[in-house]
Amino acid sequence: MALIQISEPGQSTVPHQHRLAAGIDLGTTNSLVASVRSGVARTLPDAEGRHLLPSVVRYRAGQPPQVGQAALDVAVDDPLNTIASVKRLMGRGIADVRHIGAGLPWEFISGSSAMPLIRTVAGDVSPVEVSAEILRNLKRRAEDTLGGELQGVVITVPAYFDEAQRQATKDAARLAGLNVLRLLNEPTAAAVAYGLDRGSEGVIAIYDLGGGTFDISILRLNHGVFEVMSTAGDTALGGDDMDRAIAGWIMEQAGIRDDAGHSVLRHLMQLARAVKEALTDRDQVEVHTPHGVGGQWSGVLTREAFNELVRPLVEKSLGPCRRALRDAGVRTDEVQAVVMVGGSTRVPLVRQRVAEFFRAEPMLDIDPDRVVAVGAAIQADILAGNKPDADMLLLDVIPLSLGLETMGGLAERIIPRNTTIPTARAQEFTTFRDGQTAMSLHVVQGERELVEDCRSLARFELRDIPPMVAGAARIRVTFQVDADGLLSVTAEEQTQGVRSSIGIKPSYGLSDREIETMLKDSIDSAAEDRDARRLREEQVEADRVLEALRAALASDGDELLDAAERATIDATAARLAETRSGTDYRAIKQAIRDVEKASSGFVERRMNRSIRKAMAGHAIDEFSS
Amino acid sequence: MTPESVPTYFELFDLPLSFDVDRQRLDTRFRDLQRAVHPDRFVNAGDAERRASVQRATHINEAYQTLKDPLRRGRYLLELAGIDHNDEHRTTRDAGFLMEQMELREELAAVRDAPDPFAALGDIQQRIGAEFDRLADAVGDLLDTTDPVRLDAAGELLMKMQFYRRLQDEAVEQEVLLEDGLA
Repeated sequence: MALIQISEPGQSTVPHQHRLAAGIDLGTTNSLVASVRSGVARTLPDAEGRHLLPSVVRYRAGQPPQVGQAALDVAVDDPLNTIASVKRLMGRGIADVRHIGAGLPWEFISGSSAMPLIRTVAGDVSPVEVSAEILRNLKRRAEDTLGGELQGVVITVPAYFDEAQRQATKDAARLAGLNVLRLLNEPTAAAVAYGLDRGSEGVIAIYDLGGGTFDISILRLNHGVFEVMSTAGDTALGGDDMDRAIAGWIMEQAGIRDDAGHSVLRHLMQLARAVKEALTDRDQVEVHTPHGVGGQWSGVLTREAFNELVRPLVEKSLGPCRRALRDAGVRTDEVQAVVMVGGSTRVPLVRQRVAEFFRAEPMLDIDPDRVVAVGAAIQADILAGNKPDADMLLLDVIPLSLGLETMGGLAERIIPRNTTIPTARAQEFTTFRDGQTAMSLHVVQGERELVEDCRSLARFELRDIPPMVAGAARIRVTFQVDADGLLSVTAEEQTQGVRSSIGIKPSYGLSDREIETMLKDSIDSAAEDRDARRLREEQVEADRVLEALRAALASDGDELLDAAERATIDATAARLAETRSGTDYRAIKQAIRDVEKASSGFVERRMNRSIRKAMAGHAIDEFSS
Repeated sequence: MTPESVPTYFELFDLPLSFDVDRQRLDTRFRDLQRAVHPDRFVNAGDAERRASVQRATHINEAYQTLKDPLRRGRYLLELAGIDHNDEHRTTRDAGFLMEQMELREELAAVRDAPDPFAALGDIQQRIGAEFDRLADAVGDLLDTTDPVRLDAAGELLMKMQFYRRLQDEAVEQEVLLEDGLA
């Protein structure tokens, strides 16, 4: 029984199928979703025609949460249950959050994991769950607009996000039921949106000042390849800080005390933002607030006074710019263009200082609020397989060094910052006691020498080390960073070839079990039981594996496999196809593993062949030229 | 299935086994190889293929970084020649060189008290860079051989390059400190 159709090599067995894909910019202040339709990437509006979704979630007792403008509209009246700027809390521990959150109205509490929870009338929620609400809203918007289920999304993150913050973002997507094709760095997405791969070559800088984060990336463009040379930034610097500076000025001028109450403070932040935006085009703005010391207060903020208020923030962004240039080994005069990204780059002083620093006129052609989502949509369209001939390739870097804790609380660098990903590094360890069967590794991220000054990512517990005399075991631990910038660790004892099992305790993230619980609790999946969801997940995976195998066999099967090998693979594939229509998710999982095992040699040969093909092109080029 | 032997980084990039690397060819081939194996090309593939893609892309990145940097490239060539090159156990008897290193280090430490610290630092960085390049030029000839005496001499030069590399890193640290002082 041949369940696998065979077609001529190079011909697809299925007619080209457009897969629905979207790019999501999950921002501190606003979020957007964009998609490529009829070859053009555009952001998608909601039913009222608004493209920007305020990244605000309001929790209510006994009702589903409100997301976006509806939540923002009532933020002043219900500050304790309305969560804004949650991106700043992603992947952070309770101590960081108390520090970042000084002045924030919410009540933070420690949960069972190190991730802080926010107390609301609808129960305690983690930043990951709040982000998932925003993502669900955008998912619904995209699916309503595009008329079908999204097959996959690209979600953007600040380039300077550490591993914990990236993982938290991916967890939020999983909770929202999204298939993440790739986490893409925001500046890289902007470069893609500008289509800088077409025709242009050379070095460009992307200056991305958003609501709450700042990124600078230096990229080299060459024949459709975007190679990130370096990235730097500040995950706690953005337009929010400008708003805070203006709000502080109003409070000082109007005699409003620091303990004025959450509603007043929220009102002042919104007022401050309006003033900042108005000062983009005007030289001065009148400010009115009913909360002055004697009631109504009015004043005038001039552009000059505003510039002095925010100047320290703008200057703060230039430090990372210097560092990024130095790490890239590039002089200012080699930078051909500077792309401006993020709403805060509308502030005239920002444009002026950036132009002076890079001695180049900033590029502003695409709406700085939408450019990241547009770039993500283009990448999502390619990754989903809708543009098989696209030769665009993004090569990104890890923004912060990865290190291991050693004796005396020092961090030993294992992967330096700005290393191109994916990347891996293997290190050997030994036991220091006779018969020792376990050891613990603490992975940190950051540039400082002391572990306590770096960010703790996770503790890995290696178990099942074969008992030997002290110092005899040779445990090779491999740290792998994938194309999303996420870390995985494997370990093997070399003298006996025993694979150690690894227990991971993320410092600030969620364990798999916690995510599982949240998935169960979330509204979307409350109706169906866990086994049904697992079955569906395995079926989707089975379809993907079978589809990928069919395409691979169609193009390379005849050439790379002999009859016996082909028969083995076909048999396992047939078994998977049969199991897939059953209801036993464990059996499907096993059948998938069998297919992968049977085809592992084929996979390797295909990879080798791709490499040979890539090199063969050169031999011809060079002979003929 | 016949297991294929692991190619050297030079074979992977189809470049001659030599210290002199055509940088333009290296860059072009790096891009083409990544285009063929990068995980972005295998987003919809099965787990095994995606894993293989991550491994290949990782390997190509590592190879590229090694061949791009004269110091790493030189050490790699020594390694291929079967010479165990371990900086920590190797010292130089070149007293003049060690003296010069000490002087450069002292100069670096004194930069902050100079009338124009950035100019003083720039001058030192330029000298360190020139020394590093001079050694890199000299090491190439010594590595294109199987003669153990010449390879040993290459090891000595590479170790000296490592000294200058460390000084370069320290100079960058000084630069960061000076900039922080301005902020």
